[in-house]
Amino acid sequence: MNTEIRKLIADHARLAVDVSSLADDASLYEAGMTSHATVNLMLALEASFDVEFPDSMLKRSVFESVATIAAALGELQQA
Amino acid sequence: MADYRAGTPEQAAFLAELVERRLLLATSVPGLYGRGAAFEQVFERVSELVTRAGAAESPEQMRFPPLLPRHDLETVGYLKSFPHLAGSIFAFDGNEDQAGEQYERACKHEDWSEFQAMTELVLTPAACYPVYPQIASRGKLAPGGVTVDAGSAYVFRHEPSGDPARMQMFHQREIVRIGAPDAVVAWRNLWRERAISLLRGVGLDAEFAVASDPFFGRAGRMLAASQREQELKFEVVVPIAGPEPTAVASFNYHQDHFTTAYRIEFAGGAVAHTACLGFGVERITLALFRAHGLDSQTWPLQVRSQLWAA
Repeated sequence: MNTEIRKLIADHARLAVDVSSLADDASLYEAGMTSHATVNLMLALEASFDVEFPDSMLKRSVFESVATIAAALGELQQA
Repeated sequence: MADYRAGTPEQAAFLAELVERRLLLATSVPGLYGRGAAFEQVFERVSELVTRAGAAESPEQMRFPPLLPRHDLETVGYLKSFPHLAGSIFAFDGNEDQAGEQYERACKHEDWSEFQAMTELVLTPAACYPVYPQIASRGKLAPGGVTVDAGSAYVFRHEPSGDPARMQMFHQREIVRIGAPDAVVAWRNLWRERAISLLRGVGLDAEFAVASDPFFGRAGRMLAASQREQELKFEVVVPIAGPEPTAVASFNYHQDHFTTAYRIEFAGGAVAHTACLGFGVERITLALFRAHGLDSQTWPLQVRSQLWAA
């Protein structure tokens, strides 16, 4: 899952650095991801993993890092 | 088509009073009003109050019409965040027969939109929008950046409502700061304090609130949550009519949203950020009439001396 997440981040998050240089728990915001880029990443994750983030998950902390995104997707896929 | 939002009974009653006293002049469209002399007099004093508060910064003065090149609306991504509020200018595009057909339909108040084509113009949705391309056109920012007073400009939001405080076209009294990120944040915070004392000084029960813009759709909910979490938008709210206090001023930290769109940067490539503050002049005027009564001659001396000073 993390490989796919990282690919989507590379395509949509418009980071100032290469995503492969970031640890799973590194902050994407600190790496330059803007609010608008976060929205694009969120929509790409939904399309790719065939899930829909509920309103309660539409907040910054959910998209903070590869690890937090993986945790949120795991939760949605179990539900 | 944006749905009409009915006012609460309190808002409807306040609107009826304003129209009865000819402070607002009603038209056939909700949210579109003319203004009578007594309203206008206070309105001008409110705008002047803001001018005085900002004079020490000697901002550069710019004034713009309430129209924006469509290209600029597209550049800043407005149609992604606020497609529901935008107003675009269309104009006739056709031959003589079509002009005749358009006229016939218009006489019957039927739909004549098929004879209209998009123009290069849109209605200005925020008074600061024309400022950024002007600054960008000058090249690199000078050290210290720039502060621009965009005056009191008409802006449009397509949201017909029965609440007199929610107009479709109204004035934003806007000042814009473009500079280094820390300077921009400090400027915004300074104005937040200044606005509160300004509004309390004229007898309004003004409070701060962390706020978000009315972004559209699910992506919009994400943007709004993010805006709140980062405290990018503050509002000053005062009671006007209705269950909740109404925002009468907003303080917006855009980070690099506009500077990236227009490639505004310092010589040497250092990042510039922007912030703007906007006072809703009609709303502050309405709040004053609500708080102190519909005859401004009878307002408390302290309030009148603040507004009619100098």
